[in-house]
Amino acid sequence: MAFEYPETLKYLDSHEYARTDDDEGIVTVGITAFAIDQLGDIVFLELPEIGDSLEKGEKFGTVESVKAVEELKSPVSGEVLERNEALIEAPEQIGDDPYGDGWLVKIRATDLDDLDDALTAEEYKDQVGG
Amino acid sequence: MALEFPPMTLLQTPLYSACVDQQARMTEFAGWSMPVQFGGIKQEHQAVRQRAGLFDISHMGKFELRGPGVIAALQTLVPSNLDRLTQGQAQYTVLLNPKGGIIDDLIVYLKSPRSSSSGMGSETVALIVNAATTDKDKAWLLEHLEGKGIELVDESRDRALISLQGPAAATLLQPHTVLDLSALGRFAHRDTALLGQLAWVARTGYTGEDGFEIMTDPDTALALWQTLTEAGAAPCGLGARDTLRLEAAMALYGQDIDDTTSPLEAGLGWLVHLEEKGDFVGRSVLEQQKAEGVSRRLVGLAMDGRHIARHDYPVLYQGDRVGTVTSGTLAPTLNIPIGLAYVAAPLAKVGQALEVEVRGEPQGATVVKRPFYRAG
Repeated sequence: MAFEYPETLKYLDSHEYARTDDDEGIVTVGITAFAIDQLGDIVFLELPEIGDSLEKGEKFGTVESVKAVEELKSPVSGEVLERNEALIEAPEQIGDDPYGDGWLVKIRATDLDDLDDALTAEEYKDQVGG
Repeated sequence: MALEFPPMTLLQTPLYSACVDQQARMTEFAGWSMPVQFGGIKQEHQAVRQRAGLFDISHMGKFELRGPGVIAALQTLVPSNLDRLTQGQAQYTVLLNPKGGIIDDLIVYLKSPRSSSSGMGSETVALIVNAATTDKDKAWLLEHLEGKGIELVDESRDRALISLQGPAAATLLQPHTVLDLSALGRFAHRDTALLGQLAWVARTGYTGEDGFEIMTDPDTALALWQTLTEAGAAPCGLGARDTLRLEAAMALYGQDIDDTTSPLEAGLGWLVHLEEKGDFVGRSVLEQQKAEGVSRRLVGLAMDGRHIARHDYPVLYQGDRVGTVTSGTLAPTLNIPIGLAYVAAPLAKVGQALEVEVRGEPQGATVVKRPFYRAG
């Protein structure tokens, strides 16, 4: 199966993506179409509170499918500015638009250099085999 | 996240290629490559509840025991009274170890008439056991049946087993068999013809719905799989099998029950017929448990919120550890998180408020009646 991995995003090998849309150091984090497909029906999301501080590479939440619980890892250190309340209410909709309405949190990154070692779309695609 | 991929060398059932053709996502289960899902667990689950689903369960252990006094010999290995069985009937029960722990849960099918009380005449009994325990059960049976003139035929890798489950199961199956399914009661079974081939059909299942488990040769199984999916039965994987059985509060061996849990602890007291039968392996332990009471019991839990209890999560009461979750999921039909858990016996009563520790945080849960879901 071929999934879409937008070129403009950075990726972690743990299947989170990071988007930096502007110059203010704000990073939008979600999980990739591949991960959503692998997990199957997603039924529960646990996300950090607004104002929580996150460490790069540390757990910031949980996604649960019918079968499995998986930890979410933050691609950057920083402070949680927003979380996707609509998705917490209806987690099954995450697959409808993983890179748009399916975002999880917005983080004010302490240092955008945190993303320097993240994967490009091409590298991530190679890693998940497709 | 760390997504896992199955290792490479696995057993394949006769339906492996059909499952792969139907876009199944395969997973490793007890050494077999098995479909975990086709269209999606929730969708498959609802198909079984509303109409019909089709499961490849060819990985399960399939034994046939033949010889004089098979039932009498099995009587010494299970707590249930197998004398209740008549030809064409089946009974769900457990094999016990000397400590009263469960070696496996299984269904015992009597295929022949009973032999006479003098022990004359041969009996034929089929056993369907769990895939992961097939070798363990076989060794246990061989050890305990030795010297009794009973032959054990292991058909586990040679025969296919399909489970057709759901309210429309009989309607979908009837056109393809000469057997009158309306006359086949729950837990009844027959050798018959299906698609013009020999087949064995049992009205059993693991979903809480009406349904059939059908044993055939590999080619007939493939033809039946195609025929039934074309007729509208949804191909279903192990994922939906697990959510369906959990809503029906049926135990999963290795998770809810194992060598260390007794049937009296596991809510399987209805399988224990102490007054009706003589000695069997584990009897003295069960007698003691019955007299003194058990210290823990398996209960059904409904979570008060949206957090899902999972296998091995601690169960707390007013902050103290009182038990462990053995199975948990979001129940697709009920749309609430449910689970099974062993808890201290005094707390094992319907309506009891408890907590489940979910990733370090206690979340409210309530002991509820089992099954969580009942068909009809």
